[in-house]
Amino acid sequence: MRRLYSHFGDRLFAFFLLLLALGVVALALLMAYELYRGGSLALGRFGLLGFALGREWDPVVQKAFGAWPYILGTFIVSFSALFLSFFPALAAAIFAAEYAPRWLAQIINFLLDLMAAVPSVVYGLWGIFVLAPWLRDKVQLPLYMWAAEHLPGLLPLLGVPTGYGLMTAVLILASMIVPYTAALARDAIALVPKEHREAAYALGATRWEVMRLAILPLARGGIIAGAFLALARAVGETMAVTMVIGNSHKLPYTLFGGAATMPSVIANEFTEAVEDLHLSALIAVGFLLFLVSMLVNSTAAYVLRRQERLVKGVL
Amino acid sequence: MVQEAVDVHMESRNLVVRYGNRVGVGVGGGVSLPLYRHRITALIGPSGCGKTTFLRALNRMHDLTPTARVEGEVLLDGENIYAPGVDPVLVRRRVGMVFQKPTAFPTMSIYDNVAAGLKLVGIRDRKRLDEAVERALKGAALWDEVKDRLRAPASGLSGGQQQRLTIARALAVEPEVLLMDEPTASLDPISTQAIEDLLLTLKEQVTVVIVTHNMQQAARVSDFTAFFLNGEMVEFGPTELLFTKPKDPRTEAYISGRFG
Ligand SMILES: Nc1ncnc2c1ncn2[C@@H]1O[C@H](COP(=O)(O)OP(=O)(O)O)[C@@H](O)[C@H]1O
Ligand SMILES: [Mg+2]
Repeated sequence: MRRLYSHFGDRLFAFFLLLLALGVVALALLMAYELYRGGSLALGRFGLLGFALGREWDPVVQKAFGAWPYILGTFIVSFSALFLSFFPALAAAIFAAEYAPRWLAQIINFLLDLMAAVPSVVYGLWGIFVLAPWLRDKVQLPLYMWAAEHLPGLLPLLGVPTGYGLMTAVLILASMIVPYTAALARDAIALVPKEHREAAYALGATRWEVMRLAILPLARGGIIAGAFLALARAVGETMAVTMVIGNSHKLPYTLFGGAATMPSVIANEFTEAVEDLHLSALIAVGFLLFLVSMLVNSTAAYVLRRQERLVKGVL
Repeated sequence: MVQEAVDVHMESRNLVVRYGNRVGVGVGGGVSLPLYRHRITALIGPSGCGKTTFLRALNRMHDLTPTARVEGEVLLDGENIYAPGVDPVLVRRRVGMVFQKPTAFPTMSIYDNVAAGLKLVGIRDRKRLDEAVERALKGAALWDEVKDRLRAPASGLSGGQQQRLTIARALAVEPEVLLMDEPTASLDPISTQAIEDLLLTLKEQVTVVIVTHNMQQAARVSDFTAFFLNGEMVEFGPTELLFTKPKDPRTEAYISGRFG
């Protein structure tokens, strides 16, 4: 009787777990489906490609909806942020893992965790009140004046130095994603077996050479996965970007001037989208964003799994 | 057996290694041990007696362990490698090391593994690298097995082959002394045999210090043997003598299999 009971309990538990796991998968699929359905009016009108590549977004006069400015904006902003943050983040991780004395490494790790924990609206506020005015007065205006005098050809690339635009958004976003890259790189470096470091040291390698020979090749997958996760975070980041990017979808984008991203247009226009087609177009942007995020995240997961196998293979 | 005159290549004097407050090796006044040029010296003793700790003191690997402290002297051709101003990186280029687990760099090719140490010292010339890699792989008795796939990743080799690859990698930089910490402990009998055969030819070029768990192995390959017990170097002498006429009763007990 006891046996039967515990057996039954086991199966019930397993069944319950399976149900929950399937529920999560179902939820993701349902979400994708709902986004697709919500956006089908706009997608049906313009076609998936026509919608994704359309350059006109005019809810008022032409009632035309093309998401290209937002897709372009998302790519420019998130890749620039990744590019700016990657090497400082990697340097911080390497320094914390291999060079810093233990107490300093702990402080660095604490600060990185803290950076990840700050709500994005706080980054946004800091951007609005501190970074944007400072950039405008100390960087953008001087550069603009200099270009006006010496290199007028540069002006169309620079755009209007308002402080709220592409450049500010990229800088804020870069500082927001540093802890993601750094934390994963740090963990990947810590996972490299001691034997491999010692083998390199025993060959007469210096610290940097040990890094290059034994540590970075084995940690490479984890570092790349960290970069992808940071990219996923950057692609989806809404609040801080919306607050400082200037929200203009007028192409071509300029360095100082306003821009817009997929999340920022959704956040900005959702409350004022009264017409069905406008609302549907915003949901369709959400659908595209969902696809892009899925792609970036699964790439990260794939790279991480390969990395684990590589390290396990040599343990 | 008449041996030609031997001279001391390396020597420890009153060597004590501590981990924090615990003595890892050097109980009872520190270890004083000569290592003769172009001879094989075996370090034997039960697990935890300090063999690895002693070995790692010979090429300053303890510099990498924050808790470890080394007292006493280690002389390499008469010069103390722990003297102030001595660069541990340069010491390790003269005194190579092979570990218990094969540690081939898994993402590198066989060729690049062997060439790694040479590239560290700035050798870039293709022809010189090719020659050195071939010489080292032949020296490690691996050449015939890998000569057709030098560009293949090292991770594809068997455990025994990887261990010989790490020996080749250590040999490529032409060290004077080679330290080996239980190099056959994780290998099958055939690979073990290959490495033991290899040791006998190696000593024509280098001085070898080998830690082994296996007394038969020590008896087969070494010229001199040191017996360690509980952090103390109990007895040192020519291998034949130590195994046939041990002076210390503890040595006798160990080699006759009464403990360990
Ligand atoms: N990194 C370390 N930290 C603290 N104690 C250690 C460390 N390495 C070895 N020991 C201790 O030093 C003693 C000698 O160890 P070891 O040299 O590894 O012995 P063996 O190689 O003969 O088995 C043991 O008591 C061991 O626990
Ligand atoms: Mg040991």
